[in-house]
Amino acid sequence: MTLVSPAKAGTETASAPPRRRTARRATGLVASLGVLVAIAAASIAIGAKPIPLDQVWHGLFHYTGSDTDVVIRDVRLPRTILGLLVGVGLGLAGAVIQALTRNPLADPGLLGLNAGASAAVVSAISFLGVTSLTGYVWFAFLGTAVVSVLVYALGGSRSATPVRLALAGTAVYAALYGYINAVQLLDSAALDKMRFWTVGSLASANMTVVRQVTPFLLIGAVLALALGRSLNAVALGDDTARALGTNLNRTRALSMAAVTLLCGAATAACGPIAFVGLIVPHLVRAITGPDMRWILPYAAVLSPVLLLGSDVLGRLVTRPAELQVGIVTTFIGGPLFIYLVRRRRMAQL
Amino acid sequence: MNASKRISKRGTRGVTLRTAGLSLRLEVRGAVVGLLLLVVALAMSVVLIGTGDFPLAPADVLRTLAGNGTVAQDFIVNELRLPRVLAGLLVGAALGVAGAIFQSISRNPLGSPDVIGLGQGSAAGALTVIVLLQGDPTEVAIGALGGGLLTGFAVYTLAWRRGVHGYRLVLVGIGTSAMLTAVNGYLLTRADLPDATRAVVWIAGSLNGRDWAQVWPLACVCAVLLPVVLGQARNLRMLEMGDDSAYALGVRVERTRLVLMFTAVVFTAAATAAAGPVAFVALVAPQLARRLTRSSGPNLLPAAWMGAALLVTADWAAQRAFGADQLPVGVLTGMLGGAYLLWLLVTERRAGRI
Repeated sequence: MTLVSPAKAGTETASAPPRRRTARRATGLVASLGVLVAIAAASIAIGAKPIPLDQVWHGLFHYTGSDTDVVIRDVRLPRTILGLLVGVGLGLAGAVIQALTRNPLADPGLLGLNAGASAAVVSAISFLGVTSLTGYVWFAFLGTAVVSVLVYALGGSRSATPVRLALAGTAVYAALYGYINAVQLLDSAALDKMRFWTVGSLASANMTVVRQVTPFLLIGAVLALALGRSLNAVALGDDTARALGTNLNRTRALSMAAVTLLCGAATAACGPIAFVGLIVPHLVRAITGPDMRWILPYAAVLSPVLLLGSDVLGRLVTRPAELQVGIVTTFIGGPLFIYLVRRRRMAQL
Repeated sequence: MNASKRISKRGTRGVTLRTAGLSLRLEVRGAVVGLLLLVVALAMSVVLIGTGDFPLAPADVLRTLAGNGTVAQDFIVNELRLPRVLAGLLVGAALGVAGAIFQSISRNPLGSPDVIGLGQGSAAGALTVIVLLQGDPTEVAIGALGGGLLTGFAVYTLAWRRGVHGYRLVLVGIGTSAMLTAVNGYLLTRADLPDATRAVVWIAGSLNGRDWAQVWPLACVCAVLLPVVLGQARNLRMLEMGDDSAYALGVRVERTRLVLMFTAVVFTAAATAAAGPVAFVALVAPQLARRLTRSSGPNLLPAAWMGAALLVTADWAAQRAFGADQLPVGVLTGMLGGAYLLWLLVTERRAGRI
């Protein structure tokens, strides 16, 4: 096996984009970052008790320990940071998995990764008596890792066609779903905990969870962003990519590792959240075109915008109660997904 | 193995019965397989009736069914266990037919009611009744029926774009299914723990405690719709060749598809109303039937008998396998269905078909 760095193994797009287009993309990325900051501020300010923005600023940078400051530091801030991290994780995971499988409808959920995490967590709750959210993290992570390896092995590590991968994911998801059901039915205590975890929520965020998932998400994000060139080559088809000198097996393995890290940590932290990884890369592709080196950073910025926006929306619509973020993203993502299916030619899945 | 597959692609041996104006082609293998599956389903039913806290030998079961049992046996067989078994047979058959129709129409083995969200839709209807209205079992069944029909209508309408096409139907269904799953998840978080437990049992799909109230409506649905479906079987077969070919052969494509989809949705919703969304029977039964008959058509009747046999066998296994904890049958079919899909994947891959 020759060791070629991803940079060398990758390929330039057929014609280098004009400088103006690059400038426009960069400007767009900066603008997106601005939107993200605004949404993050809104996420801290809006809630059961609205906090004016100057108070938010005060709480973040001139902490004096007032009640509002405590709410900001201990409740709203961890929640916002977690939303940010999870959003980055899901968006990047979705972008990588869509590129890798050449399947525009691929999603960590479709490939059964969420189900793997859920199965591991429900086992931990029921058989090992794990009760804390910080305890779930490791099991969810393990479950995601096992399933991604399994799906990949079943899907055919040497020549993973999109259909085969999707089928492998569906099959694994189905088998695990049956298992999760069985455990929940035999153990109503597990059910009581699981039913809140499985809808996907940021409500129980705290700094411990944030600290635990951050390293995984960081490594995964760096890995994903570094894979841009190789994934561009993968998009050209196996033969072309190979002819261009891309080490396909290594690209696939690294991509799966990145997806596992990103999706596993995200799911562990707040339950399975669907559609972020599916929808954002789609929207991004409409802005940037097919170049993965732009899609990935855009997805990393815009996915948390969607996630935090959904979380804020969920807090607004049923105030003073709240709608879990996973439900909101599904209700935003579902119609978009159906719209995409109706609009596009989906001759080959 | 390869040779027989090649022959089966060209067509199976058949007998053609002709009278003055009518001709009927019977495929020998298909007919024999169908008959055998029916026998298996009925035999398993007898075994299932004999299973429980008060075991009965098959001979006793048959004698009691014929009306010659003791009073105790009569009560246990005819009042307690027969409705459950009949419900199982009918649910299995209905799901099998519905799955065969959907898979034929979408020309995709994944285009089953499970995948396109009908089960989730029925579950959403039932959960709404359980969680928000605290309804009794009959109201839950009505909720399930309504949810299933509404979902079927929504999926069909959303997938419609100058006709309903296979992959679009499956994909729209997957999207709808995901949204309904979120609704169900939300309803579960809204529920008190007892309601949530009840709801989860219902969602898993269970035959526990079925009585005649569940059997009769389903039996009526089957009696009315099965002839309709069989009358359309020939058109369905032509649809499998593609819309253009079917149209050229004189099939009114959209009308046929609409009628068949409607019946399949009603089959699924009625089965779900009776037993909850039992996973994978609709996906697996037509595929297994197709493999056994080695026939390319929709295999409607073999799929129905296969569904019935599968569900009754699964219910028997679910009662026996976990000791004191009786699991709902849907949990077992879910796990087995997943395993089946994995197996399918491995063999298809080895054969180089995907």
